[in-house]
Amino acid sequence: MPLTIGVLRETFAGEKRVAAAPEVVEKLIKLGFGVCIESGAGDAANFSDSAFISAGAKIAAGAGELLATSDIVFKVRAPSSQEVAAMRPGTTLISFIWPAQNPELMKQMAERRLTVLAMDSVPRISRAQKMDALSSMANIAGYRAVIEAAHHFGRFFTGQITAAGKVPPAKVFVIGAGVAGLAALGAAVGLGAIVRANDTRPEVGDQVKSMGAEFVPVDYQEEGTGVGGYAKVMSEGFQRAQREVFAKQAKDVDIIITTALIPGKPAPKLITADMVRSMRPGSVIVDLASEQGGNCELTVPGEVVVREGVTIIGYTDLPSRLSKQASTLYATNLLRLTEELCKTKDGNINVNFEDEAIRGATVIKEGEVTWPPPPPRLSAAPPQTKPAAPAAPAPAKKSSHGHGAGGEPMSGKTLAGVFAVGAVLFWLVGAYAPASFLGHFTVFVLACFIGYMVIWNVTPSLHTPLMSVTNAISSIIAVGALVQVAPPLREGATDRPDALILGLAVAALALTAINMFGGFAVTRRMLAMFRK
Amino acid sequence: MSENLATVAYLGAAILFIMSLGGLSNPETSRRGNLYGIVGMTLAVLATVLGPRVDLGAGLPWIVGALAVGGAIGLYAARTVQMTQMPELVALMHSLVGLAACFVGFASYVDTSIAYEGAEKAIHEVEIYIGILIGAVTFSGSVIAFGKLSGKISGKPLLLPARHWLNLSALLVVIWFGVQFVAAPSIEAGMTPLLVMTVIALLFGIHMVVAIGGADMPVVVSMLNSYSGWAAAATGFMLANDLLIVTGALVGSSGAILSYIMCRAMNRNFVSVIAGGFGTGGGTTPAATGGAQPAGEVTSVSASETAEMLRSSKNVVIVPGYGMAVAQAQHTVYEITKLLREKGVNVRFAIHPVAGRMPGHMNVLLAEAKVPYDIVLEMDEINDDFPDTDVSIVIGANDIVNPAAEDDPTSPIAGMPVLQVWKSKASIVMKRSMASGYAGVDNPLFFKDNNRMLFGDAKKMLDEVLVALKS
Repeated sequence: MPLTIGVLRETFAGEKRVAAAPEVVEKLIKLGFGVCIESGAGDAANFSDSAFISAGAKIAAGAGELLATSDIVFKVRAPSSQEVAAMRPGTTLISFIWPAQNPELMKQMAERRLTVLAMDSVPRISRAQKMDALSSMANIAGYRAVIEAAHHFGRFFTGQITAAGKVPPAKVFVIGAGVAGLAALGAAVGLGAIVRANDTRPEVGDQVKSMGAEFVPVDYQEEGTGVGGYAKVMSEGFQRAQREVFAKQAKDVDIIITTALIPGKPAPKLITADMVRSMRPGSVIVDLASEQGGNCELTVPGEVVVREGVTIIGYTDLPSRLSKQASTLYATNLLRLTEELCKTKDGNINVNFEDEAIRGATVIKEGEVTWPPPPPRLSAAPPQTKPAAPAAPAPAKKSSHGHGAGGEPMSGKTLAGVFAVGAVLFWLVGAYAPASFLGHFTVFVLACFIGYMVIWNVTPSLHTPLMSVTNAISSIIAVGALVQVAPPLREGATDRPDALILGLAVAALALTAINMFGGFAVTRRMLAMFRK
Repeated sequence: MSENLATVAYLGAAILFIMSLGGLSNPETSRRGNLYGIVGMTLAVLATVLGPRVDLGAGLPWIVGALAVGGAIGLYAARTVQMTQMPELVALMHSLVGLAACFVGFASYVDTSIAYEGAEKAIHEVEIYIGILIGAVTFSGSVIAFGKLSGKISGKPLLLPARHWLNLSALLVVIWFGVQFVAAPSIEAGMTPLLVMTVIALLFGIHMVVAIGGADMPVVVSMLNSYSGWAAAATGFMLANDLLIVTGALVGSSGAILSYIMCRAMNRNFVSVIAGGFGTGGGTTPAATGGAQPAGEVTSVSASETAEMLRSSKNVVIVPGYGMAVAQAQHTVYEITKLLREKGVNVRFAIHPVAGRMPGHMNVLLAEAKVPYDIVLEMDEINDDFPDTDVSIVIGANDIVNPAAEDDPTSPIAGMPVLQVWKSKASIVMKRSMASGYAGVDNPLFFKDNNRMLFGDAKKMLDEVLVALKS
């Protein structure tokens, strides 16, 4: 017999979301379930009862009537004790629970022999992303945070040059680049602000950049990724370095959006009262962690306060402020979870503990507390490279100066050929040349090799100075001219055409002197220009 | 100073020269490298002048006079030369070394005070012959290179019919006269073949460089640099002077390696560059008829639009080419760079190995404009970064950014490594017109969707961009 899904009206003060949307109801009915909605449940999210009726749902007049007929209950916020008391034993409840924060509720639900799936406990594995309501809500919160900030900020986000003067762009600093942080980045970039972000997990730097924002790292070596891709508590040294970064940013930016949460811990206090004081009057802080105590010391959870001229927004219900969007996304997450529970599509559910996602989400099964679940088998975060060891230098750059000294070794055949030719030449020289020539020849060949080795080390940017210095050095030929100018003549050598030789030698000397002085001087001039 | 002391001094000078070249391996040590060169040269000259082979009484006035006159001219030239004229100056200086080598060779030949016998005499004469040959080729080739680089001679390759046969026959004639020369019984008899050879060598040098076109000039300049070294080495053999041999060999191999690097950067064979004429070397016709003609619309932009694109980007790569040198635009380029860097834009320069008219030409120009050398990168260092680049600006370059080299195997420049500017999000090419580059190949880059053309003189356009950026 098909089960009935009941959707309760949220009773928590200010909560505008609902755990269903008409288009989701249709799909649930297609899965074989009956759907019953408490009258007025969708009003705050702009879903009227008639919209649900036309989607195929029944309407129950009150919570008591609904719970009496429902086998599965969908909710957003954790149920109140009255609601739990009204549920039939054996009912399956799917909603946010926060089991760690609500031990009393857990006890009551277990006593009532409910089966409870907590949307906040869906494991962070890729397969379960479609039912990850925390991410959907965080996404909305991040977006809404920027909208709230813009609402309270007295200026444009985007820089403009208008006839009435120049408007500088707003500077936004986002702390914590999780789902909410990234959504805030995207929204702020979209509004035209200059956006920076910081996170303790270095691997999110690329994600930040991909959103068009600038990543502001904390210059301190420590691994910031905890289990499941969430952040963890950092060491004292890191926190000090982090505060310095934040203090510097606080002086510079107009808007700070903090999203730093550590699972199961109070939110870290990242923005001190001093930092708030250092901000420009009219600046805005949006504290997305206010429900867990807030990232800013001056945050008042649930309220907007003005301290030191800075507006501090501590709303805890940001997703609820975008109720239609939040309801639709949340209902879709519920639908995906229901699909996993109802593989047979016959309107019955099977809480299958072999399924990692369902196992993780289930906090109570038929009255037995099954929370916390065993640790997830896979981490959502990719294994990171150690910061100390920069990832193996990508396609190994050829030698540092690009032209790849020698490049690939010559093939064996070519090498053999070169050696054979060399051997023949050397044999010829050795067989016929006189001893005095051989000495010079040795020097010559070795010098060629030295030149070959030395020149490969010259960086290409210095090729022009290299040419001009080698040019200057080649005026060493002056030495040849010098020895001809006036050699000490041997006795008896009379027929030497002294005048002719002198003329030629002096001319050669003058030419090389141009080269010598000019070459070195121009090289000097050029090299003096090369600077960092 | 005794013969031994002079020899030791020469050894010291040779070591200093090696250290001088070694110092150029990076900009930090390069200034010291130049200083080593100066010290080495001073040491070598002093050791020679004070050594046993110079009669101080008779020679000193001549030596001092020649050094003073030449030195003054050289220093003056070094002071006044514009950095864009460096290739010309270097080419001109090569010619001086070549000419000096010829003079020393002739002087050595007519010098009867040193007499050799038998095989030694033959070797000595061969050395003279080769020394003068290389010197003459260096001289005339460098003069032509100077003319081409300074625009006094057209940069277009002049191709004589059957030029390979001309070169070959010139070589055979030179060898034949060489045999005559060595066999000549007296100095007077040997002078004729020597002079004929010198004339042929001069013509050969002219012919060789005339046949090489503008974009191959880096190869030619470094090759002439190499020749001037070999000329010095040959003179060293002639005068039995080890210092000359060592230094000549150093310079010679340095130039040869540079030529090799330049050739590889163009994916071309050294021999075909020297044989001259782009795209005609192997008898293939220039691919104007074949190959895919790029088609499509070019999109042109104004200077103010360019400024707007630059202002809104985060990563900018500037690719300078010979056009920047011609327009003397390097200072404006740096002004723009400075302005953008102050705004937090990451501006870098990408230098193709054969950009400009001599090896490292662009680096020197950018250094002159005070661009810090750590943002000036080589092709291999920056090519992978283009996909992350928002805007690439190509200033007066064409073939070195032509995607056809990679995409079109029928293109005459296929296989030449190029800067992949088309992979960046947008590229702006500054050019005077749509004319094709030196290689005569159309550039499909211009027709790409993400490419914009900024037509006009590079300097003028960049000035306008600068003004637009400042406002």
